[in-house]
Amino acid sequence: MSLKLKMMMAGAGIAGAAVAGAAYAADELPACEGCADSMTVVSWGGAYQNSQQKAYSEPYAEMTGVEFVWDESSNEAVAKLRAMAEAGNITWDLVDVVASDAMRLCDEGLAEEIDFDSALAEAPDGTVATEDFGEMIVSDCFVPQIAYSTTFGYRTDVAEWNGETPDDICDVFDLEAFPGKRALEKRPINNMEWALLCSGVAKEDIYDTLETEEGQAQAFAKLDEIKDSVVWWSAGAETPQLLADGEIVMGSTYNGRLFALIEEQKQPVAMMWDAQVYDLDGWIVPAGLPEDRKARVMHFLKFATDTQRLADQAKYISYGPARQSSAPLVGQHAELGIDMAPHMPTNPENATNTFLYNYEWWADYRDDLDAKFQAWLLR
Amino acid sequence: MAEATANGDIAPDEHRSASGQLLAADGTPLKKSIRRSEARARLRAFLLVAPLLIFVLLSFIAPIADMLFRSVENEIVADTLPRTVEALDAWDPQTGPPPEPVYRAFYDDMLEATELKIHTRLGSRLNYEESGMSSLFRKTNERRLERFDLDQPLQPQFVDLDKDWGEVEPWAVIKTFAPRYTWGYFLQAADMRLTPGGVEMAPEFEQIYLKLFWRTILLSCTITLSCLLLGYPVAWLLSNLPARSANLLMILVLLPFWTSLLVRTSAWKVLLQEQGVINDILVYIGIVSDAGRLVMINNQTGTIIAMTHILLPFMVLPLYSVMKTIPPSYLRAAKSLGATDWTAFWRVYFPQSVPGIGAGAILVFILAIGYYITPELVGGTDGTFISNRIAFHISTSLNWGLAAALGSLLLILVLGLYWLYDRIVGIDNVKLG
Repeated sequence: MSLKLKMMMAGAGIAGAAVAGAAYAADELPACEGCADSMTVVSWGGAYQNSQQKAYSEPYAEMTGVEFVWDESSNEAVAKLRAMAEAGNITWDLVDVVASDAMRLCDEGLAEEIDFDSALAEAPDGTVATEDFGEMIVSDCFVPQIAYSTTFGYRTDVAEWNGETPDDICDVFDLEAFPGKRALEKRPINNMEWALLCSGVAKEDIYDTLETEEGQAQAFAKLDEIKDSVVWWSAGAETPQLLADGEIVMGSTYNGRLFALIEEQKQPVAMMWDAQVYDLDGWIVPAGLPEDRKARVMHFLKFATDTQRLADQAKYISYGPARQSSAPLVGQHAELGIDMAPHMPTNPENATNTFLYNYEWWADYRDDLDAKFQAWLLR
Repeated sequence: MAEATANGDIAPDEHRSASGQLLAADGTPLKKSIRRSEARARLRAFLLVAPLLIFVLLSFIAPIADMLFRSVENEIVADTLPRTVEALDAWDPQTGPPPEPVYRAFYDDMLEATELKIHTRLGSRLNYEESGMSSLFRKTNERRLERFDLDQPLQPQFVDLDKDWGEVEPWAVIKTFAPRYTWGYFLQAADMRLTPGGVEMAPEFEQIYLKLFWRTILLSCTITLSCLLLGYPVAWLLSNLPARSANLLMILVLLPFWTSLLVRTSAWKVLLQEQGVINDILVYIGIVSDAGRLVMINNQTGTIIAMTHILLPFMVLPLYSVMKTIPPSYLRAAKSLGATDWTAFWRVYFPQSVPGIGAGAILVFILAIGYYITPELVGGTDGTFISNRIAFHISTSLNWGLAAALGSLLLILVLGLYWLYDRIVGIDNVKLG
């Protein structure tokens, strides 16, 4: 009995050592001088925030004793940060936003500029952060965590399709072969690109075309073909719900949402990866934090965006880590035990035809095209 | 107490001063004493309402004033580019790109702005007016400006940085939006544009806000009307049933109040969607075919149904409290004098319930016109309100000036309708009980 107990304890010790080996050894984490002992982190809530807590904040809190307060306000972070800055009272320490919002915050002077190579950890092989993140760095203020994609899911049990399944983005616009309702996001971004792609514009000419009135008219004309069969969504959770209820036969949403629908809830739905649009999600540090809070944030940020931590997050959600050095470390889902790599938007089999959200272009044309898009919706 | 005549032969007693004034117990003149105690009472009353007053001032009046101000405020251009704005004053966009001194002034302004990192903010602001300004200003950064050779003309160097700086448009936009106060946002909110050549209507395919305002009014009226049609019989029943069953009914009316708004709205989704409960039942009993399921959500119908349900109590309660005060004997008297049921209701009962209708209708209409969560969730594209666009400009596009202008117009609209109501029905004719 006692022998067995000892063996179990030894076993636990080994397991513990293995975990510690994978994570930071506690003494490896440099001490944080003059740092605040609590921080408010803003994220999206739900499964995504959960993955961040498991992979980043819980291990960090264990090592440092820092208290984390989570605020699920990311979808209105830009407006709230602006209001806080105007009121001169910034209550957030670290904010999770998508890249386009980060660029806007940076433009507005609401986010701190970050010196990537000194503020962020090197890869295990010594590659500096700017190289490890590579082209994922799209703004001076934005530390990317994951790449996700907006892509389509479709129901696999639609009788009218006679056994055919959509595997091309243009099948979304083909009501004859694939009748039924579709869900698209209620904004021009992505929809305009897909429409042009399916009205014969070459991928590399899409944004040049979209700058012209004729090009915009062409995209709207293509969208007109399916307008009556479209349900427009504004929250990422809507498409999975509509798919599960059988309200729509296909719809665009974030790939992690579809992963949960297919693998966790076992719904008769499959992914169509063609022409998926990559987008980035990551951290910004609000500008003008007091010294002690800023020191704490930067200390946490260095830990939370290192190679291992980013790979750990992929155990809980099917989003691709933003560091190149994290990719080989991506393992299995923590609860389902399935390999996560094939579910990543960056997996070579899924990534045969992809877009990267054109931040610069949309920053210029978003206001204008959004007004036109909303007017088009009203027509 | 002695009569207060000014007659001198009544000897001054202890309640009078030498000049004949009434005195209080402590010897001060009575008038003064009363005034003082009245002032004290007033102060006490004021102190009692002060918390509410301060609350209303801080949380209601001040934000509205701030919003009204934001809708015309445009200091960012003149603050960021003071010299450029001055130099552009003499420039006429018709004559082509601006002369060299403008570029000099612009260089000096931008050098300061980039150091403070406020040039990108100005870019975002001007991008609301002209697409491309955002990246143009972001590109014109400190690093690039420091490489300029100041001994050479600056114009070619700016063109070299981005060819757009050699065009008329960016300069025309800066000149047009240079004033510290602008009607630009209000014009935009009314589907018009401020251009260098003056005010003009936005192109047909970009017009959106006037349609939305009109739709918001129309849908709010429909919702108010359907609340009235559904609420009137319920209120009548409530006020005429015996207390016990009336109380039970009252709980049923109030029940939705105790449920979260989001839950109620989502429940309507489950009921109304194409694969939803109502359609399933209709298909099951054969009223509609499986292919012809009714579309009742993500459109105007969805908005009207869900919002009527949500706002119904606001109609029933004022109606009920007014109807409760109408003596049932009036109806009996009318009938005993030979009126039919309809005449008795229409000539006797209904006119007395009008103040309740007025209160309920105003309450429902004003709540409906500013509603935004429910239309957003169940309204699809043709069931959304102007408030959804205001929310979009506040939280997504960050165009707070336009949001403020839209909000101000909505406020003016509501006040206008209130005035109209006062003229037609009379605001005195509104009773909450």
